Amino acid sequence: MSDVVLETRDLVKHFPLTRGIVFKKQYGAVQAVDGVSLQLRRGETLGIVGESGCGKSTLARLLVGLETPTSGDLFVQGKNMSKVSAEERRRGRRNIQLVMQDPYTSLNPRMTVGDIVGEPFEVHPDVLPKARRRAKVQELLDLVGLNPDHITRYPHQFSGGQRQRIGIARALALNPEIILCDEPVSALDVSIQAQVINLLEKLQKELGLSYVFIAHDLSVVRHIADRVAVMYLGKIIEIGTEDEIYDNPTHPYTQALLSAVPVPDPRRRGHRDQIVLTGDVPSPANPPSGCRFRTRCWKAQDICAEQQPLLEIRDKSGHPSACHFAEVRDVVHASE
Amino acid sequence: MSTDVNVKMEALAGVDPDALPLQVKDLHVEFRTRNGIAHAVNGVSFDLRAGETRAILGESGCGKSVTAQAIMGILDTPPGFITGGEILYRGVDLLKLPESERRKVRANRVAMIFQDALSALNPVFTVGFQLAELFRKHRGMSRQDAKARAVELLDLVKIPAAKQRVNDYPHQFSGGMRQRVMIAMALALDPEVLIADEPTTALDVTVQAQIMALLAELQRERNMGLVLITHDMGVVADVADRISVMYAGRVIEEAGVNDIYANPAHPYTKGLLESIPRLDLKGHELSAIKGLPPMLTNIPPGCAFNPRCGYAQDVCRQDPAPPLYQVSPSRTAACHFWKEVKGDE
Repeated sequence: MSDVVLETRDLVKHFPLTRGIVFKKQYGAVQAVDGVSLQLRRGETLGIVGESGCGKSTLARLLVGLETPTSGDLFVQGKNMSKVSAEERRRGRRNIQLVMQDPYTSLNPRMTVGDIVGEPFEVHPDVLPKARRRAKVQELLDLVGLNPDHITRYPHQFSGGQRQRIGIARALALNPEIILCDEPVSALDVSIQAQVINLLEKLQKELGLSYVFIAHDLSVVRHIADRVAVMYLGKIIEIGTEDEIYDNPTHPYTQALLSAVPVPDPRRRGHRDQIVLTGDVPSPANPPSGCRFRTRCWKAQDICAEQQPLLEIRDKSGHPSACHFAEVRDVVHASE
Repeated sequence: MSTDVNVKMEALAGVDPDALPLQVKDLHVEFRTRNGIAHAVNGVSFDLRAGETRAILGESGCGKSVTAQAIMGILDTPPGFITGGEILYRGVDLLKLPESERRKVRANRVAMIFQDALSALNPVFTVGFQLAELFRKHRGMSRQDAKARAVELLDLVKIPAAKQRVNDYPHQFSGGMRQRVMIAMALALDPEVLIADEPTTALDVTVQAQIMALLAELQRERNMGLVLITHDMGVVADVADRISVMYAGRVIEEAGVNDIYANPAHPYTKGLLESIPRLDLKGHELSAIKGLPPMLTNIPPGCAFNPRCGYAQDVCRQDPAPPLYQVSPSRTAACHFWKEVKGDE
C-alpha cells in the first residue's frame, strides 16, 4: 500500500445548525460530507465531480486540514492526521497544497508576487534558509511560465490566467507530493483554461505530483483525471477509472450528469441520449432517507427509500456504484 | 396570450412587419475612461430572423455583452457611448428613437435575460409583484389581473405551486428557479426577440439542461428570435442556427453552426475549438491559444488577433484590419488567410 499517498476512511463533516444566541441549541446539521472513503495513489489524478452543494469543496478543505472532520480518518502517506502530534500534522501539511478557484480573491492584493510565492517559507522556515528563498521563488515563477523578473509586481498587474499560475507556484513552493486543485480553471476563459490545464499536466509529469482535481466541468475532468469520483449530497455515489465513469456509467445520477453536458459538435444535436432531471438538489440539512438521489431518480423503488445503497461493485457494475439498480448506460456516445 | 382583451400592444411608428425582427449594422461602442478610450465594439453587424437562434460567441472582454446592452438601450452612459451604426427593429432604427419610444420596444418587442438572476431581480419585492409590474405599466392592467397573469407566467416556465410561489421573494428561489422567473419576466409581453446574455453560465449542468430545454420550447411556440450570448461552445453547438464569433469588439467569423464546427475559417475560431476538452474524447493534448486577448484601450493595428496567431504575416500587422471575406455564399471570415485556415473540404 506504499503507493497510496492520501486516503480517507469514512470522512464526515457536519456543520451544526443552532438556534438562540446565548443558549445555543443544536437542532440539526448540514451534512456537507457524509462518509467519504477514497484513495489517491502516487502520480495519479483523482477527479471529483458534482454539482454545487454536493460537498466537494468541503471535502477539499478537509483534505488540506482547513476543517477538522466530525468523524472519520484522514491518512497522509500512511499517517493518521487526527492521531499524530500537532507538530507532525504541521509537517504533514507541507505535503498537500491547495490551488484555489478564484485567482482574483486568493492572492493578497497588497503583497508582491515574490512575497506571495515565498510566504510558505515564512510558515515553514526550516525548509529553506532565507538567503536562498528569492532564487527559489524566481525558479518557481519560471517553472510555471511566468517571467522571473516580475517578482516585485503586484497581482493586479497580471491577467486571470497568469494569476492562476502564481497560485500554482505558491502551491509548489514546499515541494509537495499532493496538489489539491479546487476548480482551478472554472474562472478562466477557454483559451486560457487550456494553457493552465497543459501546465498542470506538464508539472505532474516533471515533478511526479499526485492531483486531487475538483471541478464541476466534466469535460475538463475527463481530460485530466485518471480516476473519477462522482459526489451527490455529501456522498460518493460512483467511483472508477475515467473510462469506467465516462463510457460505462452505472449510477443514474452520473448518467444524468453526463448526458446534460453539451457536446461541442452540432452534428450530434438531437442524437444524444439526454436525460433531463426534474427538480433541484434536496437540502443537505435534511437529505432524503435511503438513497439520496431517489427524489429525482426515474428508477426509484420502495427499497431506495428504505435501504441506503452501498458504494460497491455490483452484478451489472464492474466498478463501485451506490445504486440498487446500477446498470451500464452509455450516454456520452449514444446513438451515433 | 395576446388573445386576451386586456392586452394591447403599445403602438410604435414606422414598423415594417416584413422587415427582420433585428438587424445590427456596423455598431460601434466605446468607453471613455480615465485610462483612455476602450473600443469595446468596433463594427458589429448581424441579422436575426424570426424563430432563429443566433449565437454570439466570444471570451470575456470581446464586446458581446456590450453589444447586447446597446441593443436593449441599457448601456451605462457615460462612460459608454454608441459612436456609430444602426440597430433596426423591423426597420425602425432604435438608436434614433427618444427614450419614451424606446421603452415601448424594451420588454414588449425585444427582451433580455441576464446571467445572474439574483442580482437582476429586485430583492425587496416579491417575484409576483415584479412580474405584475410589467402588465400594469405596459398594459395598464389592474393589480388583480396583473397578479393573475404573473401566476400564469410562473406556470408557463414550470415553477411548481406557482400560486403560492408568486408571493415569494427572489432569495427564496434556487438558482435554476430564479432563472425561470427571469425568463417568465422576459417573455411576459410576448417579445419577438429575446436576448439571453450567458443565461446558464452560473448554473449546474443538469439545471442548465433544464433551462435550455425550456428556452427552446418557448422559442418554438412563439417563433421568437433568440440572440444567445455565450462563451460555451457546447451550448452553442446544441442550440444555435447561426454563429457570430467575436474577438476584440469585432465579428471575426459568421456562419451556420455546422460550418463553424466542421471547418472553421478563422484561426481564432479554430484555436477555440482545439482548446476545449471534450467529454466524448480522451487523450489529445489541448492546443492552447498562446498569449492573451488584447487590452481594448490598445488594440494592435491590423488584425487584432495577429500577436497570437500562427498564420500571421506582415499584412496582418498593418491597418486596415482584414475585412469580412466571403468564404461561401452563407459565411464570412475576417482573415486574409481563410483559405489556408479552412483547408480543403
